[in-house]
Amino acid sequence: MEKINEFRMTLWAKSVNEGFCRAAVAAFAAQADPTAEEISDIKTAVSEAVTNCIVHAYPHTDGRIYLSCQLYRDGRLRISIRDTGCGIEDIKKAREPLFSTMGGDRSGLGFSVMESFSDKMLVRSRPGKGTTVILEKRIRGRT
Amino acid sequence: MPVQLTAQGKTLFALLSGDIDHHTAPALREQIDNAVTEYRPRMLCLDFSAVSFMDSSGVGLVMGRYRHNAAFGGDTQVCGLSPSAERIMKMSGLGKIVSFKKNAEGG
Repeated sequence: MEKINEFRMTLWAKSVNEGFCRAAVAAFAAQADPTAEEISDIKTAVSEAVTNCIVHAYPHTDGRIYLSCQLYRDGRLRISIRDTGCGIEDIKKAREPLFSTMGGDRSGLGFSVMESFSDKMLVRSRPGKGTTVILEKRIRGRT
Repeated sequence: MPVQLTAQGKTLFALLSGDIDHHTAPALREQIDNAVTEYRPRMLCLDFSAVSFMDSSGVGLVMGRYRHNAAFGGDTQVCGLSPSAERIMKMSGLGKIVSFKKNAEGG
C-alpha cells in the first residue's frame, strides 16, 4: 500500500516528552480525519511505548527516543518507537499483563494497553542494543 | 492545580484534571497522600471527570492511593472515568478492590 506521508523525530528520553510525543503523533494522524476515539487510542498506545523507553531503556545514562510515523493511503498509521537502551531480556514475560520489573506505582500494563489500543503491535529487542516497538492503527475516520 | 482536594464529612474528594501519565502522576500522588495522611478519610473519592488524558499510569496512581488509604483503614472509590480510562482500569482488575461510580457521591 502506498505511503502518503511520514515524519521522524528524535527526543531525549525525558518524562516531560511523553505528552509531546503523543500530541505530535495525534497531530500527524489528524490529516486522516480520525474519530475522537481513534485519536484517544493512538495517544494512549504511544504514551505507553514512550514511557517504557523513559522508565526502562536508559537506567544509568541519558538516552534518546527515535519516533517515526507513516501514513498509508488506506488510512493505516504505522508508528515506530525505538531506543538504543538496555533492551528486554524476556519479551514474552515483559508482555504479560501486570508484569513489571519496577515496584512502586508501575502497573505492569504497558504492553497490554499498547496491544489493546492498536490493531497490531510488534516488539523487537536485543539486550544491550535496544528495543523497537511498532504500532499499527487503521484510521477509518469520520466519513 | 492538577488536583483539587475537598473534605466533606468523612469523605475526601480529589478532583483530578489535565493529563495523567508517568510524568504528571508523582505530583498528584504526593498531594493526595499528604491530604489522606492529614485527614484520614473513611472514603477517598478519586474523581476523573476533568481528566483530559490517562494512560496506565492512572492505574498505578489509583492502586497506590488505595494502598496508602487502606493503611489508615479507609476505602477508595473512582468516578468520572472516560470510556478509554475505564477500559484501562478494568484491564488491571482494580475493580476487585476499588468501586467504580459514574458520579462523585462519597460514602
